[in-house]
Amino acid sequence: MSTKKLNQKEKYRCMTRDLDWEPSYQTKEGIYPFERFEGIRITDWDKWEDPFRLTMDAYWKYQAEKEKKLYAIFDAFAQNDSQTKISDARYVNALKIFLCAVTPVEYQAYQGFARVGRHFGGVGARLACQIQAIDELRHVQTQIHAMSHYNKHFNGLHDFAHMHDRVWFLSVPKSFFDDARSAGPFEFLTAISFSFEYVLTNLLFVPFMSGAAHNGDMATVTFGFSSQSDEARHMTLGLEVVKFLLEQHEDNVPIIQRWIDKWFWRGYRLLTVVGTMMDYMLPNKVMSWAEAWEMYFEQAGGALFKDLERYGIRPPKYVEQTTVGKQHISHQAWSIFYQHSQATNFHTWIPSDTELDWMSAKYPDSFDRIYRPRYQYWRDQQVKGERFYNQNLPMLCQVCQLSLSFTEPDDDTRLSHRSLIHQGERFHFCSDGCHDIFRHEPEKYLQARLPVHEILKGNCGGSNVEEVVRDYYHITSSEESFEYLGSPEHRRWQQWKNDEPKPDGDLPKVI
Amino acid sequence: MSIEIKTVAIEPLRHTYSHIRRRFGDKPASRYQEASFDIEARTNFHYRPLYQPDKELNDPTRTAVRMADWYKVSDPRQYYYNSYVQARARQQENVEHSFDFCERRRLLENLDPALRRQVVLLLLPLRHAELGANMNNSSIVADGTATSLTQMHMFQCVDRQGIAQYLTRLGLLLDGGDTTLLAEGKRLWLEEPAWQGLRRYVEDTLVVRDWFELSLAQNLVSDGLLYPLLFVRFDEQLVRQGGGQISLLTEFMRQWFSEGQRWIDGMVKTVAAESAENRELLQGWIDHWQTRALAALAPLAELGPGRDALEAVAGEFAARLKKIGLTAGAAA
Repeated sequence: MSTKKLNQKEKYRCMTRDLDWEPSYQTKEGIYPFERFEGIRITDWDKWEDPFRLTMDAYWKYQAEKEKKLYAIFDAFAQNDSQTKISDARYVNALKIFLCAVTPVEYQAYQGFARVGRHFGGVGARLACQIQAIDELRHVQTQIHAMSHYNKHFNGLHDFAHMHDRVWFLSVPKSFFDDARSAGPFEFLTAISFSFEYVLTNLLFVPFMSGAAHNGDMATVTFGFSSQSDEARHMTLGLEVVKFLLEQHEDNVPIIQRWIDKWFWRGYRLLTVVGTMMDYMLPNKVMSWAEAWEMYFEQAGGALFKDLERYGIRPPKYVEQTTVGKQHISHQAWSIFYQHSQATNFHTWIPSDTELDWMSAKYPDSFDRIYRPRYQYWRDQQVKGERFYNQNLPMLCQVCQLSLSFTEPDDDTRLSHRSLIHQGERFHFCSDGCHDIFRHEPEKYLQARLPVHEILKGNCGGSNVEEVVRDYYHITSSEESFEYLGSPEHRRWQQWKNDEPKPDGDLPKVI
Repeated sequence: MSIEIKTVAIEPLRHTYSHIRRRFGDKPASRYQEASFDIEARTNFHYRPLYQPDKELNDPTRTAVRMADWYKVSDPRQYYYNSYVQARARQQENVEHSFDFCERRRLLENLDPALRRQVVLLLLPLRHAELGANMNNSSIVADGTATSLTQMHMFQCVDRQGIAQYLTRLGLLLDGGDTTLLAEGKRLWLEEPAWQGLRRYVEDTLVVRDWFELSLAQNLVSDGLLYPLLFVRFDEQLVRQGGGQISLLTEFMRQWFSEGQRWIDGMVKTVAAESAENRELLQGWIDHWQTRALAALAPLAELGPGRDALEAVAGEFAARLKKIGLTAGAAA
């Protein structure tokens, strides 16, 4: 008997595509009921190019090796109480945001990819999406385990899933992913695989994982390294999806363009929270948010959209506003959190002098002119014993759910505010981008559950903010909220570091 | 004598996450617990799905079954991602060794042509049934409630990719690296009358919208009858007739099936024990799908291990159902 050697591609085809068959007892429309309603036209699923060729046995093998190394580090981290070796306890606030904001949306990605992994008519696309679904489950679980030891020694991490469903600012990431997951399968993939994973993922991944590396957080950075090859697969899938859809039918182009416009803006707004973490919560800085935006969006994204031009795709609408916004948004969002940290699961503070100087250097056009004087004023208040907390609830954007605290693209001294009337009711937006998103799908966005509205309606288990924070959010504010300086967490850190020079040496002494 | 390393003990603030403490008490938790319980979003969903506006995201009413707490369903294997891939990585090493062994020693080349034909006839079409099982489990992950339950279906889903691929490798090896036998297997799946009952069963499950019914139809009933028939009884027949080398290449499927029964039985038992309504619902679905599965498998039994084998399998299945508090109903 002769032994024929199939090439890799042909062998992979047998392992995946060839498993499929033309059904005859049920219709394709019955088996794939959600493939048509978005208006996307697929003429030939066979044209799908597999973004990676990974059979299950290889997947089990490689992933098990990566996991083994990762958990060895987690064990060592806990055994050596390595939480005492990080740069400064303020850093852990970045992890509180990560676990409460990012991990639960990874969970939504797990669910969402399982859905498209069932519902695409093309078997190649389905199997690739299923691999991503189980990868996302991996990320959820490894993140929970990476943070597990921190949770034993720091506050703000202990009820992350409960908080994700309820805490006001966490409705920003929650609504983002609810939005994607309640869309049809093709929009979900354009939103998450392309706009988020491919175009913007570095802006999530690099700040958190490099931030961990720069701040002595061995557990989180090892997670980062371990998930890098997963992320690379997810990015490849994202690009393949969009190219495939664009090549399938010219009618798809305007639909995809609208989704790219929408999800780019949604992603940009979501990443505001990350930018804030990056500029303010990392005691050892990696790079500024503006620099990250330039490197990972303006340069990399610029090349990408040049490449997509041949399909008739242009750069996302309002992209020019992000070039202005990168000078501002991290500072504007830190100001939001600073004034409302009586209701957060993390601490805020005024940056040290060294940090303020760093920001002056990184944001020469905006920081000294607008934000430094504000911080100076707040610090003076704090020194006088009048640390500023805003007792009013902020007005939220109907789409991105951030508070209306961003400035006009052409005037950074004026707040940006858009509104429109839909069926007799007025809705408010932070920007042209969010306004347009609503206008295109009002029926979807009028359902948004804005946390401030819900508090005022009495739907959050209390008649005032204090009760809501305690009973509904499960935040023990005397431990977890308010100013960092003088907080129990700050004091505990100082105890651990008793004999060492104070890393926060130049923070104002206002305890 | 023991050696004592001096360390500074730092007293922790808490033993575990609050949702884990509420469920399991204030004590250190296992990694399985922290990874699997109370992490799925439950409330305050912003938008209704465009594809299903009568439901919310994560809506527990995507099945007619009612559970006060779906996290009551847990995994006796305590698989979370890490322990799952470690277990499968060890197994795949053995499978790799078996394929390598068969290939190096050219063990399939001497297989009796009649037996080769039997393998093509009864095992290769299962590649496609496995793809159906893969899709069904992906669907359950998308629609189901509670991580402790959905992750078992996620593992089940990608396991079926793996099994379909092992069957594909079996077909390729049997064919000296060519694809004509795979093509023949697919032709049988599409055209051979004996396979049409099972193909219809699979296609019909692909339009089942109740995810718990789907898990019963796929993971309990179809697998529960098909695996013992084709991977155990038919395998025994092959071994008796001198085709033991095939057995080496399907050992994974037997191990996998026997491992999987534990979580499936645990899940079904827990859900049936919740209420009389659940039990009645489950019993109805099981009766329905079991009748169909037995009818679908009858012609395949005729082609291979025989009608008696199928009867024996049905008897074992009835005993299994009885053990989890249900009955085999009229079908057995």
